[in-house]
Amino acid sequence: MAKAPGLFWGQFRRDAALALRQPGELANPLAFFLLVITLFPLGVSPETAVLAPLAAGVLWIAALLATLLSLEGLFRRDRDEGTLEQLVLHGDPLVFAVLARLTVHWLGTGLPLTLLAPLLGAMLALPEAARWPVTLALALGTPILVLLGGVGAALTVSLRAGGVLLALLVLPLFIPVLILGVSVAELAVAGLPTGAVLAWLGAGAALALVTTPFAIAGALSIAVETG
Amino acid sequence: MKFPAPLVRLWHRLGSPRWFFETTAPWLPWLLGLGVALLGAGAFWGLALAPADYLQGNSFRIIYVHVPSAILAQSCYMLMGSCGVVLLVWRMKLADMVLEAAAPIGASFTALALATGAVWGKPTWGTWWAWDARVTSMLILLFLYLGIMGLRQALQRPEAAGRACAILAIVGLVNIPIIKYSVDWWLTLHQPSTFKLTEKPAMPPSMWIPLLLSVLGFYALFIWSVLQSTRVVVLERERRTQWVQNFVAAEGSKA
Amino acid sequence: MNFDSFGAFLAMGGHGPYVWGCYGLTLLVLLYNLLAPGRRQRRFVREQAARQRRSGGP
Repeated sequence: MAKAPGLFWGQFRRDAALALRQPGELANPLAFFLLVITLFPLGVSPETAVLAPLAAGVLWIAALLATLLSLEGLFRRDRDEGTLEQLVLHGDPLVFAVLARLTVHWLGTGLPLTLLAPLLGAMLALPEAARWPVTLALALGTPILVLLGGVGAALTVSLRAGGVLLALLVLPLFIPVLILGVSVAELAVAGLPTGAVLAWLGAGAALALVTTPFAIAGALSIAVETG
Repeated sequence: MKFPAPLVRLWHRLGSPRWFFETTAPWLPWLLGLGVALLGAGAFWGLALAPADYLQGNSFRIIYVHVPSAILAQSCYMLMGSCGVVLLVWRMKLADMVLEAAAPIGASFTALALATGAVWGKPTWGTWWAWDARVTSMLILLFLYLGIMGLRQALQRPEAAGRACAILAIVGLVNIPIIKYSVDWWLTLHQPSTFKLTEKPAMPPSMWIPLLLSVLGFYALFIWSVLQSTRVVVLERERRTQWVQNFVAAEGSKA
Repeated sequence: MNFDSFGAFLAMGGHGPYVWGCYGLTLLVLLYNLLAPGRRQRRFVREQAARQRRSGGP
């Protein structure tokens, strides 16, 4: 256990450097997020009265889909290059490397998405009262999405075309996050306190943080051991 | 902690798919007969003898197939989650075989619960589909089943597929209460208003006894189905062993 | 008996199609679950028997 911080930071530095080397790949989920949000006013209605009640839901659904899209590549390259095999067979607990990978992934997808949310919320006529609560909810909720999604990504890592299956595996698990996230906006608009729901999201994030890395590590070792 | 010796012996025997195959064979006709009899009695009583509901009239008789299928849909997922734990912790092959056999059965009961619920909704709520908390949870449960089945189909090697499905089943099992509570809470926030099926005045015995019978009948048929499917999976997975080859030779000469 | 005639039993007070539709659907699903394992086993035995004949029997 004394090695744990070293294991984490070593992997973190490697992954961060790799991610920064390909800024295009980092920008893709973000561009997708923007694009989905652009489609809604065009597909539903550009009028404020129509958009305002939908805005929080649109932001969250776009965030769900953008996260989902980014998940396929989470462990894919490691597997193709054989680094995943080394990690699993190395003997050090895999959980720390997994956590580092997910942290880098969240910094590259969930965090920018959260930071963009106030801006895009304004474009979608999100009521002002909901702006900061929704941003905070995204900050707490997107880590859960990445953690749960990581389980799906690890389970499907050995599949060539696992995209649709991945969606089927993880989207149902995202539903509680979506519900809590959107209700934060509704409560805020109604002038009710949002603290309790945000606390639930925080509790969910903590629970996911301490449980899912083990499931992910287990799934990755299955993929490596059984080829 | 010390377990009683017979229990420990049973546990060790469960490690042998062959033992399972040979032991369960004589149970099957009994289970099937019991299931058909219970369900037949429950359905006849429910359809013909039970009084009509004072609010819903005769459409309430759908309860005798809707509620058992919904209960089975959830029980089956619990069974799969438990099998997942047994497989990952003790590496028991049989658990994986049950996991494979139970998934489509559970999915079919979930779909049946949704379909009968929709048909029941039409005369009761005036609509085929309402985003009622239980309907929504049931739909999500169906997605969880489809995910497990999809994962098993996609992964070629049975061993990898089994353990991956076990992880997924456990993650799903942990998530089911969370999903259920969040959906419940979400829909109370949006006050489900006019449709209310939950307000049952205490059912008279003439209504709930047939329900109990048909739930038990469904259980018996479900267990029969899972056992029978698991037996086929045992044969398929163990096809390189001598005993399966002998069994196939004996079956082949019968035909 | 809750119904006066067999016709009333079938009509279910106007809810006949719903009630009988549900029971029919249930029968179909149960029958499928009861018959599917048998079919799968017969197919397995057929294919396995062919495999065993090819490899010279057990």
